[in-house]
Amino acid sequence: MTADLEIARLEKSFGATRVVRDFNLAIAKGEFVSLLGPSGCGKTTVLRIVAGFETATAGTVGIGGQDVTGLRPNQRNVGMVFQAYALFPNLTVAQNVGFGLRVKGVPRAEIRARVAEMLELIGLADLGGRYPFQLSGGQQQRVALARALAPRPRVLLLDEPLSALDAKIRVALRNEIRAIQRALGITTIFVTHDQEEALSISDRIVVMNGGMAEQVGTPFEVYNRPATRFVATFVGSLNTFEARAEDPAAGRVSLAGVSLRLAGPLAARPGDPVGLALRPEQLYLGRGPGHEVVLPARIEEVAFLGSVIRLRVSAAGARLALDTFNRSDSPPPPVGSTAEVSFSARDMIVLGA
Amino acid sequence: MTRLAAALVLLLGVLYFALPLYGMTEFSLRMRRGVYSLDAYRVVLADPQFQETFAYSAFMALVTIVVGVVLVVPTAYWVRLYLPRLRPVVEFITLLPLVIPPIVIVFGYIRLYNTSSFLPLTGSSSGTTLLLLFGYTVLALPYMYRAVDTGLRAIDVRTLTEAAQSLGAGWITIMGRIILPNVLVAVLSGAFLTFAIVMGEFVMAALLNRPAFGPYLQLTGANKAYEPAALAVIAFAITWASMGLIQLVTRFQKFARAER
Ligand SMILES: Nc1ncnc2c1ncn2[C@@H]1O[C@H](COP(=O)(O)OP(=O)(O)OP(=O)(O)O)[C@@H](O)[C@H]1O
Ligand SMILES: [Mg+2]
Repeated sequence: MTADLEIARLEKSFGATRVVRDFNLAIAKGEFVSLLGPSGCGKTTVLRIVAGFETATAGTVGIGGQDVTGLRPNQRNVGMVFQAYALFPNLTVAQNVGFGLRVKGVPRAEIRARVAEMLELIGLADLGGRYPFQLSGGQQQRVALARALAPRPRVLLLDEPLSALDAKIRVALRNEIRAIQRALGITTIFVTHDQEEALSISDRIVVMNGGMAEQVGTPFEVYNRPATRFVATFVGSLNTFEARAEDPAAGRVSLAGVSLRLAGPLAARPGDPVGLALRPEQLYLGRGPGHEVVLPARIEEVAFLGSVIRLRVSAAGARLALDTFNRSDSPPPPVGSTAEVSFSARDMIVLGA
Repeated sequence: MTRLAAALVLLLGVLYFALPLYGMTEFSLRMRRGVYSLDAYRVVLADPQFQETFAYSAFMALVTIVVGVVLVVPTAYWVRLYLPRLRPVVEFITLLPLVIPPIVIVFGYIRLYNTSSFLPLTGSSSGTTLLLLFGYTVLALPYMYRAVDTGLRAIDVRTLTEAAQSLGAGWITIMGRIILPNVLVAVLSGAFLTFAIVMGEFVMAALLNRPAFGPYLQLTGANKAYEPAALAVIAFAITWASMGLIQLVTRFQKFARAER
């Protein structure tokens, strides 16, 4: 993989507080990478350093093989979309979209053609003459996207572009952003604190915590093989267990007196405590095929969410979340009834430090 | 009872302002014996000295506005963007001209720039005009700065600047195409205030001995009967026209929301 955008050993301090530490990321051409993490973890700061609005305390940013660390924002040819849209209120939609081209001194006829093309792309071909205040939030953000893309930037940066919109539009627009990004093949960093958003549209996710990248991986990897305890708990919901290592090399642990064999070996000594976790959908109502652990359980809560039914059960002295798909021929068990739940130890996630 | 009292107070207030105006206007129309006429105005408007001083002051007002805009818009913008902690300080400095009488400023100028100083600006008429321009700019500062700063408050200066930068724009483009158009209404209201102030200014122009409208008003007032009244009505009209224009431009901005 040759990196189109390369961030190496990035550090950023504001006064005495270190906000970004040893941040490394290489993004391939056309890749869509999300920065995911809790509020204040440094996502925006990383993005602003790539855009050139903040100066890194140490480290480099390279775009297309060129070191841009010392370049001013207006020399980087980077497209940026802000949470608050930031359309120029005094310019029409068409003038907003054409702004970057006009700054570059592109001939008028060419600007007009490119603006028309971009407005077509975002599905607002008829609204070129409107002013930003005459548009809905979703429309404004599309215009902001078109404005960022019109000058054909080398990299597209989006800082929580959907968080000011309501839920329905948010889902529609994120898919639209992804489709446009794919069609143009533009290298993209997308900042969000919404895990579902990150999981659904990214090629890869960078899970950040306290200014560091805890894990970089595909949504599948991050969800199923979280590298750290933080990643496991931040992305998706979990049932956690405390077990003890028995035979670490063979992946054997003892959980509440039962000996279990995990999917892989453990980096622990015999007798060490081991944190284990199980996703709600890995816990099965009834006896699942190949599930070696079967527990008697009592149904405590039933939440019908449509395609998924989320149960809370008490089993083996703990409260566990259990997700099961809705099936029209089997209604969810009533609250207070007893049932069996099962799982396979191979599905358990080992929580690191 | 209270309604009656309120009405009475209002009536008194209106009389206090309107009566002298009415008297002055009425008097200005009585140059010709026995009938109302516009003779006083005709005489005033035909006076070459009126035309000269009026043109001089109008010109000075326009230049003051330009200098003020060029000085204040980038400053207010810069302070908002990069030195937000200095805002109270800058605001205080811009308010100083309201506290320090113009006469102090002029005497300061005369002392600093007299013919035996390092920069003898008072030695030539163009130099003195330049000094007067500086003085007017200082006088206009509080109004200009407040107006522009209020205008900047209405937009997200930082994000708009960054959006423009990421699109490749440099400072001149950002100022000219984004910031200035968005504070134009505010700038215009500051400009009309400045115009009104400069047109009526007396102390600086008189002490620097420039052929401005203010000293001309005073001179005519001291030597004529009906013309000063006509002039006062004209000066009054200029001020009110400026105020009216402020109201008007606030409404005509086509990209602003209706409720603004
Ligand atoms: N200009 C600044 N001066 C001082 N501290 C700052 C500055 N900008 C950001 N910080 C601090 O840096 C940390 C990271 O901020 P950043 O905006 O990158 O977080 P974020 O991950 O984008 O959070 P959010 O999801 O809330 O947007 C925060 O603790 C913040 O207080
Ligand atoms: Mg942020």
